[in-house]
Amino acid sequence: MTTDNFEPKILAFCCKYCAYAAADLAGSMRLSYPSNVKVIQVPCTGRVDITYLLRAIEDGADGVYVAGCLEGECHFLAGNLRTKKRVKYVKKVLADLKIEPERVEMFNLSSAMGPRFAEIANEMTDRIKKLGPSPIKNNDQCKEVKHDCSR
Amino acid sequence: MIVADEKSLPEILDMIKDCNHILVLGCKGCVTVCNVGGLKEVQILASALRIGRKKDGRIVKVDEEILERQCDPEYVAQIKDRVQNYDGVVSLACGVGPQFLSEAYPDQHFFPAVNTKFFGGAVAHGIWEERCAGCGNCIIHNFDGLCPIARCSKSLMNGPCGGSSNGKCEIDKEILCIWDSIVRKKMASGQLNDLLKVMPIKDWRTARDGGPRKRIKEDLTK
Repeated sequence: MTTDNFEPKILAFCCKYCAYAAADLAGSMRLSYPSNVKVIQVPCTGRVDITYLLRAIEDGADGVYVAGCLEGECHFLAGNLRTKKRVKYVKKVLADLKIEPERVEMFNLSSAMGPRFAEIANEMTDRIKKLGPSPIKNNDQCKEVKHDCSR
Repeated sequence: MIVADEKSLPEILDMIKDCNHILVLGCKGCVTVCNVGGLKEVQILASALRIGRKKDGRIVKVDEEILERQCDPEYVAQIKDRVQNYDGVVSLACGVGPQFLSEAYPDQHFFPAVNTKFFGGAVAHGIWEERCAGCGNCIIHNFDGLCPIARCSKSLMNGPCGGSSNGKCEIDKEILCIWDSIVRKKMASGQLNDLLKVMPIKDWRTARDGGPRKRIKEDLTK
């Protein structure tokens, strides 16, 4: 796949109380955002575990982001702050594996920010298009190493 | 509990570079409590290893499992029927785990995925501190429950050194001078005179200096 016609697969974990409502608002406002972004609603971004983000990358997502309430406005007090740290952890894991940490991101917005939701989706899609396909996806057909466990 | 820390992913990937099928094995003991080797960490490491190897174009099949403890033969025996199916086993237990596994299954390769650090506890969520040096002869009753062996950088037993400054140790401004705390606690309880007693030279043979240690509880042995 060349980067010219590359259409990234991006997963967005969106909090029910803000980002998901903002997506609804974006729809009501007839704002368009790239179809590359697939939204998963979560009751709070605090529900998003490190393993969810890693599994998304592992299973072929080119980018993943979490969109939660503005800092200090989480309906469950600190879910977005906890997940901010988890996103930071996943970025470090990717960096250790020499994969661009920018493929994972955390965003904050309120339910009234429909245009911002569309802006984030555009921003993330542009970013991943520039980065190119995930190096994991490129290696879907990779081979097993020759068994050589000397014992 | 025993407190451990994660090894770096490149280091673990290098250990398993010749393996195609591995088992990532957690432990429900201390390493679960200090969030480095429990079920969640097993899942995270397994996923990270799969991603790392897939990126390099070399698939690795990773199974995930957790034992009640890796420091008891009866729990280690629970993987007896399948341990030989793997090219290697990555253990997330403290340094004791991979050794018990190696002793139980001498033909298998075991790789440590954590660095075992110290005996300690959580002072806040996500922060662990050393509290015990395992010296084999506890004397903390002499110091109002504060251990100068584990918590003084020099393990001094007869008062602070000249490096104590504003309650902090000279080696790091973040480290408490435990002797400052001991003296303040004694002063507050009006028992400062207790510290006039000179502590005798410690017999370090009960610690690591006496070689590898062993404990036998006769009433439990067969």
